[in-house]
Amino acid sequence: MSANTGRAYFGRRYTLSASHRLHSDELTAEQNRATYGKCNNPHGHGHNYVIEVLVGGPVDSETGMVIDLTALDEAVHTRVLDRFDHTNLNLDPLFVNLAPTTENLCRAVFDLLRDALPAGKLESVRVEETENNFFEYYGA
Amino acid sequence: MIFLTRRATFSASHYYWNPAWSEEKNAEVFGRCANRNGHGHNYTLEVTVAGEPDPVTGFVVDLKWLKDVIERDVMAEWDHRHFNLEVPEFAASASTATIPTTENIAISAWKRLEPAIEAAGGATLSRVRVYETPEIFAEYRGGV
Repeated sequence: MSANTGRAYFGRRYTLSASHRLHSDELTAEQNRATYGKCNNPHGHGHNYVIEVLVGGPVDSETGMVIDLTALDEAVHTRVLDRFDHTNLNLDPLFVNLAPTTENLCRAVFDLLRDALPAGKLESVRVEETENNFFEYYGA
Repeated sequence: MIFLTRRATFSASHYYWNPAWSEEKNAEVFGRCANRNGHGHNYTLEVTVAGEPDPVTGFVVDLKWLKDVIERDVMAEWDHRHFNLEVPEFAASASTATIPTTENIAISAWKRLEPAIEAAGGATLSRVRVYETPEIFAEYRGGV
């Protein structure tokens, strides 16, 4: 059914809405204000994040697919969306001692998904915080 | 090295079917995509080439030329077509046919575009990305 074509990639975009406040306990109130600006406002604020997950691997000769889409959806829903959607990120155990910047969220999502997907499948995670800001992590 | 991307859209229909499988197994693996009446998508194709800007023109490639290559080698044969019935590399009758999944469509776009880009010298084909919907896409970067 198919020639050997090497590695191909499959991606899917998901959205999640969450709030956060950027703040570090290691900085003074003034330093927090200077570093994070309005993102340090005491009651937090929210975003509609886009989580773009890219997986890679050989194209299965029987299905024509790199990954079963429902398996990917399952992993993203159970590990990421169920955990973070409509929550306050600062209250998640991952962010107790770590500022929930989108950089740190991106890395957290990558690590959560890597463990839920077959070894070597996860290529990268992109988190878009707004239409103009996004962050990518390739696992290293 | 500069990476330059040109985007094009096309509309086509397809279904997923492995002829080596029973009807039940096709239905089980591919779900609604196995409906043999087919269904369609508005696809977006992104073609990325890589190279150094020409010292005279400042171009990595002439975008009009790249547009024409995409039009001739992909759009003319895919736009408003049925992949399984009208596009040779996915035709059910061909022994080398692959299932027109987004992954295989991306690989096929690469194979169709690479010869003309290669022959022109200069920029090389770096990446092909095919969006089946705004949320679902596949990508191919060549290689074996």
